[in-house]
Amino acid sequence: MPTEIDRNQVRKLVERGAQLVEVLPADEYEEDHLPGAINLPLRRLETEAVRILDRGRAVIVYCWDAA
Amino acid sequence: MSPRAAWRLESQGFGEVYDYVAGKLDWMAAGLRTEGTNTAHPRAGDVSRKDVPTARLVERLGEVRAHARAAGWDAVVVTNNERVVLGLLRSKELDKNPDLTMEQAMRPGPSTFRPHVAINEMAEYMAKHMLESSPITTSDGRLVGLLLQKDAIQSVGEKE
Repeated sequence: MPTEIDRNQVRKLVERGAQLVEVLPADEYEEDHLPGAINLPLRRLETEAVRILDRGRAVIVYCWDAA
Repeated sequence: MSPRAAWRLESQGFGEVYDYVAGKLDWMAAGLRTEGTNTAHPRAGDVSRKDVPTARLVERLGEVRAHARAAGWDAVVVTNNERVVLGLLRSKELDKNPDLTMEQAMRPGPSTFRPHVAINEMAEYMAKHMLESSPITTSDGRLVGLLLQKDAIQSVGEKE
């Protein structure tokens, strides 16, 4: 079960090597994204996550807000 | 959207998956750095003045005003020990009876704005609502700085 985290935990996990993934569309990612995040919109994540991400490391996903 | 992504990753064999549910909005509202094309444009948090004088509720207006004006300020933000904004004194409030406490003299609960708001939006809003200054705070109410309308307008002019 995925664990919900806050921004302080995001920073700590990223410092420890977690992969940060924005799942919003590419144009929104291009405008603003968290430092070091890669972009994998939901549809691309479906087919490309296994190829792009390292299953041996933590992954943090985020979008715009909780809505 | 991120909960679905998190669950999908887990179903694909990712063992340690986290969901930052509050997302990019929360990050930016906290005034934290981002990357991307928008970072080339100034935002409220960038232009706000970080050296704005602050005071506590119990302090006397006369003393606070003297310090603020000696430093060239015509505004004081009232905060608690956590830097959470409780009130604002602009020139009108600073001119009140010097024996009043900050709590008695301040404008309580001023409108605050988040650091990531584009400076052109802020300039337009402040001009329309005749705000000479506005506190910029994180999403949990902590003071980032005070944005002066003249600084916002100047920043827009430099951009154009």
